[in-house]
Amino acid sequence: MVDSQSSASRESSSGDDKPLVEIRGLTFYRGSRAIFDNIDIDIHRGKLTAIMGPSGTGKTTLLRLIGGQLRPHAGTILVDGESVTKLSYKQLYQLRKRIGMLFQNGALFTHQNVFDNVAFALREHTKLPESMIRDIVLMKLEAVGLRGAHQLMPVELSGGMSRRVALARAIALDPMMMMYDEPFTGQDPITMGVLVSLLRRLNDALHLTSILVSHDVKETLSIADYAYVISEGKVVEHGTADALKNTQSDWVKQFLNGLSDGPVPFHYPAGDLYEDLLNGGKS
Amino acid sequence: MIAFIENLGESALNIFEKLGRGVVFFINALAGFPALILRFTLVIQQLYAVGVLSLIIIGVAGFFVGMVLGLQGYNTLIDFGAEESLGVVVALTLVRELGPVVSALLYAGRAGSALTAEIGLMKATEQLSAMEMMAVDPMHRVIAPRLLAGIIAVPLLAALFSAVGVMGGYFVGVGLVGVDEGTFWSQMQDSVDIYDDVLNGVIKSIVFGIVVTWIAVFEGYDTVPTSEGVSRATTRTVVHGSLAVLGLDFVLTALMFGD
Ligand SMILES: Nc1ncnc2c1ncn2[C@@H]1O[C@H](COP(=O)(O)OP(=O)(O)O)[C@@H](O)[C@H]1O
Ligand SMILES: [Mg+2]
Repeated sequence: MVDSQSSASRESSSGDDKPLVEIRGLTFYRGSRAIFDNIDIDIHRGKLTAIMGPSGTGKTTLLRLIGGQLRPHAGTILVDGESVTKLSYKQLYQLRKRIGMLFQNGALFTHQNVFDNVAFALREHTKLPESMIRDIVLMKLEAVGLRGAHQLMPVELSGGMSRRVALARAIALDPMMMMYDEPFTGQDPITMGVLVSLLRRLNDALHLTSILVSHDVKETLSIADYAYVISEGKVVEHGTADALKNTQSDWVKQFLNGLSDGPVPFHYPAGDLYEDLLNGGKS
Repeated sequence: MIAFIENLGESALNIFEKLGRGVVFFINALAGFPALILRFTLVIQQLYAVGVLSLIIIGVAGFFVGMVLGLQGYNTLIDFGAEESLGVVVALTLVRELGPVVSALLYAGRAGSALTAEIGLMKATEQLSAMEMMAVDPMHRVIAPRLLAGIIAVPLLAALFSAVGVMGGYFVGVGLVGVDEGTFWSQMQDSVDIYDDVLNGVIKSIVFGIVVTWIAVFEGYDTVPTSEGVSRATTRTVVHGSLAVLGLDFVLTALMFGD
């Protein structure tokens, strides 16, 4: 395994070395299937940490666990020193104000225009006058390059624009931490490039701590300070981008290089093909 | 046979489980009501969506129902030489029964289904989740204002239905078949009691408003987050909402007018 205090580390926004998110012994089941089986993850302050893994491994689930939308069956999740599972309703909602999350499909409010989407949290949580809200919203939209689109409705936006609006909405309250759920999926190469550099710039300019969940290996590793690779409920590898490239694990090699041949079979486990065809599936 | 009993038991369990969730949901939504006093615009927006946008269907339906009552009532009453009681018959039928019931049924179809579809789609597209992660509780921000708006709107719609229905009855009775205008109104004034008839009708429509809106928002919130799930939930709102109205109408009528 690789040393977590690696050379790639950038200046930390606070002097304190304790991770912002500390996950210990996390276990979570869906039915009888263990999505996470006793995993440990650290998210360091000021860093952009990637969580990678194939579809369906539970990356979204992990973000929901950190955000307190799901409860683990065992283990602890500390966010800025607070145990997410032990917080009261009020405390949890207080904590969420400091966390921004970008959902997989943007999850914009379809009945409100871009401006109102970004203003939503400000109007809910602050008593700022409308003129100041306007300034903040336009600044956030400027940061994602969409100030000119503030009058548009979500249906009028392209996929990449929706995601950037959702990003502006997520940073509206100046969170300490951002969680991105597969921000690159389904984007054309140009939008992808825009998003990739945007995430890095936001993290550094706003002194955020970012968790980036993705299966787009190349883009993710190009901006991540540190990465975890999870599969079948376990952390199979973690380290800096360079360290991951020199991994000893065949599985991780196959995943990072996108090879179809390797320890991961192409076929979902199934019975004999002949049997299936000849007996109409009755075994 | 065993399998049949097993299935029966399982569906019964599912029904009770869903009822339980529905009750918890309702209580959580009620907990959001006090905060709405300070943000009444949220309720007003929903009043527009469920109430104002239902005005036309309620008005038109009320007028037709009133006209039918006028015709049917006249044809029946004339056999007994009692056609001057037409005003009473029309008014009582509307205020006690048809006003609350038919307007609640129309509300379930027009506004209830829209509520379920809207909330269900918000869930399916993760808008509710996103709200939660922005530290805004969708129970308070989305569900509570809609529930309250429904509870306010249904009795008003029922009152409108009855009022327009009386006009329909008047139009047919006095305008077309020639009942005396003075007796039409004065008999109605004499015989319709504010407590026994009007108040009981209002109570009915309040109960219907609560139940139908509750079913609609709960079905939306409880939707399986897929397009099929949303469409099933919308259907369930209309079916369960309408059946609940008819069932409760019998129970309430028995309690109010039983003796
Ligand atoms: N609401 C749910 N109910 C049951 N199983 C679920 C639910 N959501 C996700 N899962 C299962 O949990 C696993 C992990 O899901 P998810 O976290 O969305 O994966 P990823 O984001 O890595 O693609 C998947 O196999 C999925 O089938
Ligand atoms: Mg996912």
